Amino acid sequence: MDWQALALTLRLATVTTAILVLVSVPLSALLILGRSRCLAILEALATLPLVLPPTVLGFFLLVLLGPRTAVGRGIIALLGHPLAFSFSGLVVGSVIYSLPFAVQPLVAGFAAVEPGLVDAARLLGANSLRIVFTLFVPLARRSLLAAAVLTFLHTVGEFGVVLMLGGDIPGATRTLSILLYNQVENFDYAAASRTAAILLALSVAALLAIYSGTRPRRGPHA
Amino acid sequence: MLEVALEARRGSFHLKVECRFASDWTVIFGPSGAGKSTLLRLLAGLDRPDVGSIALDGQILSDCVRRIHRKPGHRNTALVAQQPALFPHMSVAVNVGYGLLDLSRSERAHRVEEMLSLVDGANLEHRRPRDLSGGEAQRISLARALAPIPKLLLLDEPFSALDGAASDALLERLKDWLGKRSVQTILVTHDATDAYASGAEVAFLSEGRIVALGPANIVLAGERRRILERLGGD
Repeated sequence: MDWQALALTLRLATVTTAILVLVSVPLSALLILGRSRCLAILEALATLPLVLPPTVLGFFLLVLLGPRTAVGRGIIALLGHPLAFSFSGLVVGSVIYSLPFAVQPLVAGFAAVEPGLVDAARLLGANSLRIVFTLFVPLARRSLLAAAVLTFLHTVGEFGVVLMLGGDIPGATRTLSILLYNQVENFDYAAASRTAAILLALSVAALLAIYSGTRPRRGPHA
Repeated sequence: MLEVALEARRGSFHLKVECRFASDWTVIFGPSGAGKSTLLRLLAGLDRPDVGSIALDGQILSDCVRRIHRKPGHRNTALVAQQPALFPHMSVAVNVGYGLLDLSRSERAHRVEEMLSLVDGANLEHRRPRDLSGGEAQRISLARALAPIPKLLLLDEPFSALDGAASDALLERLKDWLGKRSVQTILVTHDATDAYASGAEVAFLSEGRIVALGPANIVLAGERRRILERLGGD
């Protein structure tokens, strides 16, 4: 068992989930509360990774973060090394790739908050920030849980972006999905079965966490 | 004094109101679809007029030409809607104190107590909205809106879930409280009996226009006749 790959995968998924929860809550609130027509563009951009092939996204990021672009050169000047083929690069790629999995449930959850409640809060002087933290987050906590778990799972299972952007460097960018691919390529099906079983167990555990936390409670039937 | 000269289009509906509400207590009467709730939302700042202005005691709240639009919550205006819209995850006391961030903790607690007592809800302080009856929820909604002590109170048929006696008693206490604090009140209703019984200045809103403004017995004389005819009286 490659514990290093498991630890790296869990670290990547945890960091990505934490960043995306922090980014997606204000972004989703903006999409719900904002009135500008430009928000349609923002929503389309936030959904784009859902329909873009992961290898295409990985390729774009590889080019963008490399020394051929101003962004890439700026990052190299700042960090002293390129983001591609590093753990930090994987985090950037994972955050962008998993963005829709965090934003979509939150937008749905925030949109389900009764507009009359938002009006009441505004009439009582609440600004958008207060509306988000006193109404949206507590009332859409199940959507928040769903967003966090889906982001985590999606990051655990991602392959195309990781391979394009990070390659296969043990301890730095080799995640469980890359490990599984290597094991199958080497006809080591016994090891591949163990790796696949771990990925399956992680997915089932996370989905159970969602459904046990989000199932509506019903009283006893009459 | 509330001065309103505005126009707003909502689909095929066109609201055009030009009026001065000078009385402490004004009832806007009109049938369903006359534009009563739309007008209240515009006055509260939840929606913006297409054309015109709104001023309260000489202070501009909205002015399309000068591109002024004070946000709701910054207009000294409270709106109590027909649906109480209490925050379901907060207790009654926290709901009532939601708009009192500027007050210290002790002042807030005192104000919440005062407002709950006004609406006869002191015993409901720790309850959640799901544990309230429709009438209780409406009274708490009223207490929450009044807690910041607005200059203008807009009531959108807020007593529909209260029975007649409870509604009358609350109305009496409310009028006394509002009078002491010089809060101008505009109440919207489609019930001619309520409007007539209020004895207040009545504005008759029909198809987006105020067609009459004056004492209830004059503005609603036609409605009174119609009701009496239906009841078979004289």
